Amino acid sequence: MDILLAISIMALGAVVLGALLGFAAIKFKVEGDPLVEKIEAILPQTQCGQCGFPGCKPYAEAIVNGEEINKCPPGGAEGVQRLADLLGREVKPLDAEEKPKQVAIIDENTCIGCTLCIQACPVDAIVGAAKQMHTIIAPQCTGCELCLPPCPVECIRMEVIPETIDNWKWKYPVVEIKAAA
Amino acid sequence: MLMNLFKFKGGVKPPSNKLQSNHLPIAQAPMPSRLVVPLHQSIGGTPRPVVEAGDKVLKGQVIGNADGWISAAVHAPTSGTVLEVAMHIRPHPSGLDSLCVVIEPDGKDKWITRTPIDHKAVPPADVFHHLQQCGIVGLGGAGFPAHGKLTPTKGVPMDELIINGAECEPFITCDDLLMRERAEEVVRGIALFRDLLQPKTVIIGIEDNKPEAIAAMRAAVDAQKEPFSVVAVPTLYPAGGAKQLIRVLTGKEVPGSMRSTADMGVQVFNVGTAYSAWRAIAHGEPLISRILTITGNVHAPRNYEVLIGTPMGELLALAQPHPDTDGILMGGPMMGFLVPNPQVPVVKTTNCLIAHDDRLFPPKAPEMPCIRCGACARACPHELQPFEMYWFSRAKNFGKTQEYNIFDCIECGCCSYVCPSRIPLVQYFRFAKSEIWAREREKNASDQAKTRFEFKQLREEREKADKAEKLAKAAAAQAAKKAAEAAAAAAESSASPTPDAPTAPLVAATTDAPSATVTPENDAKRATIEAAMARAKAQREAVQPKNTESLTAEQQKVAAEIEARRVTAHLIEPEPAAPAPTSEKPE
Ligand code: SF4
Ligand code: SF4
Ligand code: SF4
Ligand code: SF4
Repeated sequence: MDILLAISIMALGAVVLGALLGFAAIKFKVEGDPLVEKIEAILPQTQCGQCGFPGCKPYAEAIVNGEEINKCPPGGAEGVQRLADLLGREVKPLDAEEKPKQVAIIDENTCIGCTLCIQACPVDAIVGAAKQMHTIIAPQCTGCELCLPPCPVECIRMEVIPETIDNWKWKYPVVEIKAAA
Repeated sequence: MLMNLFKFKGGVKPPSNKLQSNHLPIAQAPMPSRLVVPLHQSIGGTPRPVVEAGDKVLKGQVIGNADGWISAAVHAPTSGTVLEVAMHIRPHPSGLDSLCVVIEPDGKDKWITRTPIDHKAVPPADVFHHLQQCGIVGLGGAGFPAHGKLTPTKGVPMDELIINGAECEPFITCDDLLMRERAEEVVRGIALFRDLLQPKTVIIGIEDNKPEAIAAMRAAVDAQKEPFSVVAVPTLYPAGGAKQLIRVLTGKEVPGSMRSTADMGVQVFNVGTAYSAWRAIAHGEPLISRILTITGNVHAPRNYEVLIGTPMGELLALAQPHPDTDGILMGGPMMGFLVPNPQVPVVKTTNCLIAHDDRLFPPKAPEMPCIRCGACARACPHELQPFEMYWFSRAKNFGKTQEYNIFDCIECGCCSYVCPSRIPLVQYFRFAKSEIWAREREKNASDQAKTRFEFKQLREEREKADKAEKLAKAAAAQAAKKAAEAAAAAAESSASPTPDAPTAPLVAATTDAPSATVTPENDAKRATIEAAMARAKAQREAVQPKNTESLTAEQQKVAAEIEARRVTAHLIEPEPAAPAPTSEKPE
């Protein structure tokens, strides 16, 4: 008798807990792949396609499926380092040249207003209308260079973002090396 | 009056070096050869220049308008001619340049019309506006616009208004001299702040190494019958830090996370700020000059009243620097920095210039490894653990430095001062802080880029779907119409009405399927294109230049010029075969 009671209590517990777990799995369902999201948070979101994928998210997905982690030039060596730390993979030198951060500039006198650059810009950082001058909203420009090739009059150029008082950073203190006496 | 004073933890007692410069009265500095007035002189937005090269300006004329609420106007310090509005090096540790207005004085020093206001007769908003227009900013430290700090926080009663006359940094004596010589106006300024903030008590804190200033302030407070208490606080660096002074005078501990002390019912102002605020209210004088200590490796250290924008080199010459002087330190020896060159101008927050040489500031012996002695932690007035923060800053492990509350650090330099291994701890903290800020900015930018990218994709998807749906609808409509016509024709040709007429369109449509997918769809496409073209045409015709009626002759000329330019541009650049604008079609 006792044993039956014990079994039924355990069985009841199992059913209740099982139901709870099942409920939790539905209620607190994790949307998307958390690893992809973590990788995406490290990628610089320039959306330039230099990694060979149409945007940062596809590259993040590809990394999860075994793609190399050194293919994002805007992320730089630091990005590779952080990806390596996250994924426990080996740090590799960047598969491209590292460039300083840039911003696109339209020569507004030359622009013919063909709207092709608007269509190329991945982050809608260009404003203009057909046959009207176009211009770039500099703070939104990611420096992806995707608007350069479509321009028929080649009036878009890239400029390195200069150092100003607002984005200036204190340098790493120089560690003096003591000469051996 | 006796008051219970509290103590803050840590602190150091560096040699005060104040006696050199505090025995002579404030002198008026001569008019410099030219003035370089940076537009960005306070925390907040950069004022927009409102003058251009060649303009004649009067003393006190606005040359830069406040940009937003947390920002303050900038004025011409004397009358003269604007030589240029250009980039010049600003006194900032970066040595970078920023937009400055360069003025050549005409020697007349002619004032603009000054408009004093009666702060008791007008609403506070007008007083704030007046202070902002007069460019009044905090003169003690970072230069926070004064009117921003005078606006009471909603829901928090103001308990104490603290006036900071501690002046704890070695070498600096400008606040000391200001209180000795102009105590009356300082006290009137304090009364102004009191009227605006309505605090329960007003405490003026002055370090006890300035007995003359304390006496002068007490006398002025008594003369004006104000209920302010003037309190001598023990001399201990950094007693003049806002949070330390609050602690000493009220016993309140300001948590590091708190952005403004007003949230705790305390507000702190420097004595110099009170003085210039009073000048602005009672005399309508904007902030165009300040008192500044010139000391260090010089013959004649002294305090001078100088115009904002005076090149530091010219000022230093007044005090006759010794020939071995090799640089100018702006601010005190604990928190100041070497300016990039002697041409940089004095700004509103410049309180001291120290001629630098190797005797006063011997070069630091090389840094040694941290021996974990804990001296820095004992000296830190914020009870931080500098050696831990140093360790993680050095390793660029910024997350960890934040766990050790690096943002509570006020960069007072006590830790570097006591470190037996001579580690430039503060430099590491500044480095770590600015890296963290930069990352924050990058993260924000990339988050924004991500949302914009995703939105663009979503929009493109939606456009595609919308188009497909429209096409399908048009095709169906076309097919139905055709079928109906066919049915009608059939009905006409055959004399007897077919009983299954209603189903005919359906049959026709289905039997016609292979050809229907081609022709009606093409038809639909053409129809939509035509409709779009008609719409565009109508729109073009509807657009008429507005506001062209009552133009002045000048405006008409400008318009005509632009029109002419447009024509020539078209001549050079053949119009492109404009492809259908996809991105700005309002769909
Ligand atoms: S290269 Fe980097 S920034 Fe460019 S799309 Fe690929 S992951 Fe994004
Ligand atoms: S692609 Fe070139 S010409 Fe065309 S709108 Fe953009 S900037 Fe102007
Ligand atoms: S004072 Fe210097 S040596 Fe001592 S614990 Fe701090 S950092 Fe290390
Ligand atoms: S500089 Fe920062 S860490 Fe060092 S003593 Fe001052 S508050 Fe503490």
